[in-house]
Amino acid sequence: MSELQLKDLYDGFRDPDTIKAYKKIIEEDAKKLEHPINIMEVCGGHTHTIMKYGIPQLLPSNINFIHGPGCPVCIMPKERIDHAYILSMQEDVILVTLGDMIKVPGSNGSLQDARSKGADVRFVYSPMDCLKISKENPNKKIIFFAIGFETTTPMSAALIDVVIKQNIKNIYFHINHVTVPEVMKELIDSRDEHVDSYNHQIDAFLGPSHVSVISGSKIYEEFPKNYKKPVVVAGFEPVDVMQSISMIVKQFIEKRSELEIEYKRLVSYDGNIKAQELIKKYFEKISLFKWRGLGNIKDSGLKLRNEYSKYDAEVIYKEILPIAEIEDHKLCICADILRGMASPPDCTIFGTACKPSKPVGSCMVSSEGACAAYYKYGNLLK
Amino acid sequence: MKTITLAHGNGGQENNELISKVFYKAFKNDILEKSEDAAVIQNGVLAFSTDSFTVSPLFFNGADIGKLSICGTCNDLAMMGAKPKYLTCSVIIEEGLDKRTLDKIVKSMKEELEVNEAVIVSGDTKVVPRGSVDKIFINTTGIGEIEYKGISSNNITSEDTILVSRDIGAHGATIFASREGIDMSTSLKSDCASLYPQVKALIDAGIKITALRDATRGGVSAVLNEWAKQSDICIEVEEAKVPISDEVNGICEMLGFEALSLANEGTFVLAIKNEDAQKALEVLKQTNESAAIIGNVTSEHIGRVVLNSAWGTKRFLELPTGELLPRIC
Repeated sequence: MSELQLKDLYDGFRDPDTIKAYKKIIEEDAKKLEHPINIMEVCGGHTHTIMKYGIPQLLPSNINFIHGPGCPVCIMPKERIDHAYILSMQEDVILVTLGDMIKVPGSNGSLQDARSKGADVRFVYSPMDCLKISKENPNKKIIFFAIGFETTTPMSAALIDVVIKQNIKNIYFHINHVTVPEVMKELIDSRDEHVDSYNHQIDAFLGPSHVSVISGSKIYEEFPKNYKKPVVVAGFEPVDVMQSISMIVKQFIEKRSELEIEYKRLVSYDGNIKAQELIKKYFEKISLFKWRGLGNIKDSGLKLRNEYSKYDAEVIYKEILPIAEIEDHKLCICADILRGMASPPDCTIFGTACKPSKPVGSCMVSSEGACAAYYKYGNLLK
Repeated sequence: MKTITLAHGNGGQENNELISKVFYKAFKNDILEKSEDAAVIQNGVLAFSTDSFTVSPLFFNGADIGKLSICGTCNDLAMMGAKPKYLTCSVIIEEGLDKRTLDKIVKSMKEELEVNEAVIVSGDTKVVPRGSVDKIFINTTGIGEIEYKGISSNNITSEDTILVSRDIGAHGATIFASREGIDMSTSLKSDCASLYPQVKALIDAGIKITALRDATRGGVSAVLNEWAKQSDICIEVEEAKVPISDEVNGICEMLGFEALSLANEGTFVLAIKNEDAQKALEVLKQTNESAAIIGNVTSEHIGRVVLNSAWGTKRFLELPTGELLPRIC
């Protein structure tokens, strides 16, 4: 048997003939739909795929996407970014975080700006890289600014596991991990007057699947059951997305409301139990976490358990980290976009005052944000 | 733009902003504003260009900073149809650099000069205290003799076909892989090479050349976008025809990049008169089998580049923006 090549993992899932075949199937099935359907792709990774591969151009007019809030960079409120900025400006601190985070503007600027002012800010692909940085800089305090959904949480847990077991003295954590089901519920469920207007706009969900590699598909069970919103846990290649849409359409014409997995090559019902245990060991839910644009959402964030507070930068640097709430930019409509109420081109500053090179709102920052995806790929949409 | 950030050196949007708002504004003149790879001077007889090299690591799979510093400037000259002749070389060295490292770099410069049949005729050396530069920075400036007149990225029309000289993105992918310590047991190596021999072959074959540009920082995407704007045209690219090696695709998959935006150091984009496109392709294939016709010129969306997918969808190919950063989940 020949060796497995990286391209084997995606090649067939970008096959033009398969994509065209699904286009036909969806077109035929969609004729039987009783009403137009709005599908929310919760995850920013899906938004990116949908825009990059021009999926909306392949779908009939009675199937629409609502772009969800599943981009960990985009939903990070200014308050938290200010924390990162302030921490990075401490003389003996190296602030470490993941990729796109360094571009997000806070009230004093972004981490990129902090870096050009002399702060030591580094971005890594794996939280484990903190170990190397800590070894090379024994006299510095390494603060890992942890972000992400269930997908990246186990890596932060694994890092703290090593830090404790090896008794490493100079690595600390600023935890900003959030969870998916709570925000999905918020989007459907909330009776808050501010969000009532979009209630029931979402007919079905494309379920975030790298989240489910960790947490299993079980976390979405309540949506088809209690809310009658079909969920298909979808992969990230264009064939995955087309197949998942086809599965959702079939649920509607067969009047089913079920939890299905399209991304079977990686997702199971139970998920990665070991990773789940590791998360549970070190993290607990906080009662409220503020999401940019969405406000405080109950039980949607994680923090280090109290017994590990000596590693918690939020506890250690309590004196210098502000807690006051900050208003978002007045013209920016990221809030409405993250709630699925508006589309990026509806924004008056989209593509003019707000561009990927100079983002005003968070949705323009990460390539997984809806605005950045529209800016980069979306101009030729039907 | 209050402070200069790394994004201002990306070869894309921010870089262009820095150049136009600071340097073009101060140095404004007709030759500079043509914004070609090399300036054409002395009534079209000579091409003149300069480039600085700061690559890290100094040595990487396929080349090193020495080879790069000669290819870079010679290629800029070749892209104007010029034969590289005389170069200057300026080096800034950090105290503490190993002499053997310097010897190795200078040896590869010498070898690459021979490929171009060019000579270094003037130079300068500075040594600065530790930390003032990272090991060594090199600047080269070159003069070339124009052998094919009239090449310009301002004259492309619907009578031109767009080609690339080989599979794209190898240099950018190689540097990223080595910086990130991605040890792939593959043959991935930088495309760093002198392009004059290929340009000469095209000229000798009597090909009607409209424009040439080596796709360095910002990659093929930056070249096509600059051409679309400079020539007031729309360039349509067939995505499936763009040659990308499996290794480069792999790096892009892992780190979330687009091969079209990755840097090259020995790959160029060509606008060739339609009737000569096939013949040009044959010439290019003698150097690299992966050369390909990738697109054509239309008036669909003036000033823009459109990427057509193999399943019938379209999207704009934008100028790269920001620092090259990975997607995070």
